[in-house]
Amino acid sequence: MGEHHSTYVPKTGIERWVDARLPIVRLMHDSAVSYPVPRNLNYFWTFGGILMLMLVSQIITGIVLVMHYTPHVDFAFQSVEHIMRDVNYGWLMRYAHSNGASMFFVAVYIHMFRGMYYGSYKAPRELLWILGVVIFVLMMATAFMGYVLPWGQMSFWGATVITNLFSAIPIVGESIVTWLWGGYSVDNPTLNRFFALHYLLPFMIFGVVILHVWALHHVGQNNPSGVEVKNYAKDTVPFTPYATVKDLFAMVCFLMVFAWFVFFHPNFLGHADNYIPADPLKTPAHIVPEWYFLPFYGILRAVPDKLGGVLAMFASIALLAFLPWLDTSKVKSGAYRPAFKIFFWVFVVVCLFLGYAGSQPTDKAVLTLGGRVVLDMVGFGQILTIYYFAHFLVILPLLGLFEKPLPLPASIADSVLASTGHGHPAGAHASPEK
Amino acid sequence: MTIASRILAAAIVAGCSLALAGPALAAGGAEKPPRQTWSFYGPFGTFDKAQLQRGFKVYREVCAACHGLSKLSFRNLSEPGGPGFTEGQVKALAAEFRVKDGPNEQGEMFERPGRPSDRFPRPFPNDEAAKAANNGALPPDFSVIAKARSYERGFPIYIFDIFTQYQQQGVDYLTALLLGYEPPPPGVKVEDGLHWNRYFPGNKIAMANPLAAVFDDAGKPHDPNFFSDGTPVTKLQVAKDLSAFLMWAAEPKMEERKRAGVKVMLWLLLLAGLLFMLKKRIWSRLDDAPAKAH
Repeated sequence: MGEHHSTYVPKTGIERWVDARLPIVRLMHDSAVSYPVPRNLNYFWTFGGILMLMLVSQIITGIVLVMHYTPHVDFAFQSVEHIMRDVNYGWLMRYAHSNGASMFFVAVYIHMFRGMYYGSYKAPRELLWILGVVIFVLMMATAFMGYVLPWGQMSFWGATVITNLFSAIPIVGESIVTWLWGGYSVDNPTLNRFFALHYLLPFMIFGVVILHVWALHHVGQNNPSGVEVKNYAKDTVPFTPYATVKDLFAMVCFLMVFAWFVFFHPNFLGHADNYIPADPLKTPAHIVPEWYFLPFYGILRAVPDKLGGVLAMFASIALLAFLPWLDTSKVKSGAYRPAFKIFFWVFVVVCLFLGYAGSQPTDKAVLTLGGRVVLDMVGFGQILTIYYFAHFLVILPLLGLFEKPLPLPASIADSVLASTGHGHPAGAHASPEK
Repeated sequence: MTIASRILAAAIVAGCSLALAGPALAAGGAEKPPRQTWSFYGPFGTFDKAQLQRGFKVYREVCAACHGLSKLSFRNLSEPGGPGFTEGQVKALAAEFRVKDGPNEQGEMFERPGRPSDRFPRPFPNDEAAKAANNGALPPDFSVIAKARSYERGFPIYIFDIFTQYQQQGVDYLTALLLGYEPPPPGVKVEDGLHWNRYFPGNKIAMANPLAAVFDDAGKPHDPNFFSDGTPVTKLQVAKDLSAFLMWAAEPKMEERKRAGVKVMLWLLLLAGLLFMLKKRIWSRLDDAPAKAH
């Protein structure tokens, strides 16, 4: 859609004056009003907007929280309780921020699985996808450091476990961990730098989001048919009002789920142990990360060797960046790939089970036969981990070569007609002025 | 494809819940606490003021000697959504405590009667003193204890909890713990300074049965008029009242939060309805287009 031309017409003298010097209104008009979007997008395409909303919400609640929070090991826990008790609507800011992180990940996982199902990473959207992976990695780093700030038991021990992973690096590992901690254990310097970085990273995310949206607007959106736009008049509708109103509706629905947790179930997604102040001398019975890290934690624990586990975990994320080249199929949308469709759902289930494996004690029995443990949580995690990697490294490359895809629709407009069964392609285009 | 979309949505929602970590406290062969009924259950649940006042009495007379309430101020006791003591009562109550203040103009620390704005004084000057007085065990602070204790719900029950609103693991556990003191089962040796409790993780707890301060060995209250409002003094009643008070102490803004939540939900619901109709109307232009073209 790179050839999409600007339709902005400055109406007043001031607008013309500004437009000649800094065409910022033109930029906004072209990207949020006249930007053509495929007319067959389903509600899974609203999660980009929802993610933008969550990012802004996290930044606003976060800035207010910082006004009342004290990044010091002796006061952090106390200051969070001060926010909950003494600050006007402090409980709202804090619960919106902690649950907002979870909602951010709910939305990002839906967004990613949507991209995987519809092949949104394929040419010409490889860089768009890779920028998304970069955002995801930054999000994980931000969320991890944010969880440390309340300085509860899970904050402290989570930070200890995750930073210790770097000690697995040969020769320099121990020095790196000391450098990360700013000392010889997780302590005040660690809390201070995590706080500084937790404030910085969201703005870096914001920067990469701008690149992500720029790339999106340059190549245009993918769509459920996976067929590129051929005729703008027939295949697309202008972003405003069509996508705008649809995104708004979806955002409000998403906000209701968000509000359900914030107002009625604010600690459901958290962990009771994090209401116990950090105690370096007392290890919790099970150290578990937040739910959104559990599949990766499952991979980490599946590998018996420490360095191997760390490498597997980082590889499982890094692999996502290579997805555009690992999937060899010429067809984008999973809707026209009968075999891929099955493997996609198996992959989703494997990711969920990896999360389950990551949340459970390693010695827990998964399968017992005649009183003997045939499979424990480690073994279960290993099977799932092997499948996770096989999906990317074996299944996707081979599927593209052997799978026989269904016939593709000639155009987006045709795919809409096929699914609704009425209307004429000639009149299927939108007229923004009506 | 729409069916696939729906499955995807359902799978992701289920998966997000499935992937939740079980709380860490299930370790060590303790039984799951039985569920109690609470006035503050659900989106419209509120605290029972009389219960919170009774619970405060239990805290003050039974627990306060060892367990602090350091994040609360006396004034909280008269604030909306709490036990509903009057400001006069709170003032009188605060004055019964001695609070360390200073330094004064001579550079000396001094003690004065407490004021409503003071935080509850700690029962021990520091953790080491607390341990020394309690056989080496540190009595935890009670400010957020009702949120800091839990038990594992297990899959798939915790997914249903999202919809049933069950989030009383903490108070159910505390109530069960208070009622869980029993003679150890045959063959189990309990070391000196420890006590057998059916619901404590690992079953061996350093705290002696606190209800012994209210009830004799036969289970009869020392003072049948322990509660001034005439509520019968039973072990379950005392345990539940204290737990409810600790829930309020941990979540003093719960009523404000739920009230705001109901308004926010109704507002969002209305907005969603309007946006849905607007969306239908705007997108119907696309279906109209062929008719107009003819």
